[in-house]
Amino acid sequence: MRFWRKPLDADKLQIPHGEIHIIRERCKGCAFCVEYCPKDVLELSTEFNLKGYHPPAAKNAEACVHCGLCELLCPEFALFVLEKKEEEKGDKSITPCKEVEKVES
Amino acid sequence: MSEVQLKKKKEELEEEHPMEHLLRMERMPHIWCPTCGIGTAVTAFLMALEKSQIPLKDTAIVSGIGCTGRVAGYVKLDSFHSTHGRAIPFATGLKLANPKLKVVVFSGDGDIIGIGGNHFLHAARRNMDLTVVCVNNFIYAMTGGQCAATTPITANTSTSPYGNFEQPFNLPYLAASCGAVYVARWTALDVRRLAKSLTEALQKKGFSFVEIICPCSTLYARRNRLGTGLDLMKFYHDNSVIKHGADLSELDIGFQSKIVVGKFIDRERPTFIEGVNQGLRGVLKEKFVEYGGPIDDD
Ligand code: SF4
Ligand code: SF4
Ligand code: SF4
Repeated sequence: MRFWRKPLDADKLQIPHGEIHIIRERCKGCAFCVEYCPKDVLELSTEFNLKGYHPPAAKNAEACVHCGLCELLCPEFALFVLEKKEEEKGDKSITPCKEVEKVES
Repeated sequence: MSEVQLKKKKEELEEEHPMEHLLRMERMPHIWCPTCGIGTAVTAFLMALEKSQIPLKDTAIVSGIGCTGRVAGYVKLDSFHSTHGRAIPFATGLKLANPKLKVVVFSGDGDIIGIGGNHFLHAARRNMDLTVVCVNNFIYAMTGGQCAATTPITANTSTSPYGNFEQPFNLPYLAASCGAVYVARWTALDVRRLAKSLTEALQKKGFSFVEIICPCSTLYARRNRLGTGLDLMKFYHDNSVIKHGADLSELDIGFQSKIVVGKFIDRERPTFIEGVNQGLRGVLKEKFVEYGGPIDDD
């Protein structure tokens, strides 16, 4: 993970992790979620759903930081992210993502 | 398909999306095309509804005709799907009959500004206590891609096959000059900022107006060879500029030009009901009875 300026309390920060739920049958394959995930977690799968679209799949689920952007952008209410409870603490892969989102909103 | 696969699909569909309590799920999937941005605008609105903490049982949503006009039918609030362009007059009646209600108008540019333009002007002039959310996709979408009052110059529509050469409305400027007390514009890609703006608009007393620039893949993007809704989202990403309090006369949108977004107006003015109550109190003196809605019999 690349960062520009390491926060002073990096070792105390806890990075949130998200658990991605994809309701594949509801998806229309627009790829908004794939394109705008800041951590590049999702990709369109090659599999078809019953409507004939390619729903997304998590190619890198551990990297999800529960920013919730994919859930907000999805026009089909086909995807949501729940907070994954954390066991380990530390700065293994500190990411400013969630904090930045908070400041902006 | 094997039974195992079918069972898996069924289980998946039974997973509950956190917004489902605000949606009429029996009507899903909605009619919007793949890569249409209206669904995203609705998600932002639902988020704002939750954040603003206004009681849902005292909230009503009104739409007119059009792709965005379907929103009232999908959101689980007291709702009404009015005739073309008449969402604002219906909402005005609703508000006057029961001033305790929070009334939201959620409709498209063709409906609110084109067909119902006159109602828009007068509701803003009176400072009717409504929140008007206008999804602007630059075209009459549901009716077949005709040229709208918001179509940018040179854009191709089904009624302007050589390009449109009429000057389109600048919606924030229009709303502000008519007297709206809250005016903002965001693209459908700015979901978080949009949700914040919608929250403020919902909490504002008086005529609040939020314009959402939104991709229409099937008609606007296809006719103008702009790709899909995702390509338009990418275009917004690269070409929208945030400028809070910008000079309203400079907010025109040209064909694939820069889009200035932000919050432009946030001011106070007596609402229609306040103004009338105040005026009549002065004239009628002790005979005056303040209007606050229908009289409870019990
Ligand atoms: S919550 Fe954020 S990080 Fe996780 S998949 Fe969605 S967009 Fe990516
Ligand atoms: S944003 Fe929603 S509809 Fe679009 S590809 Fe992702 S899950 Fe499917
Ligand atoms: S016609 Fe355009 S606005 Fe209507 S649902 Fe399709 S993409 Fe969306």
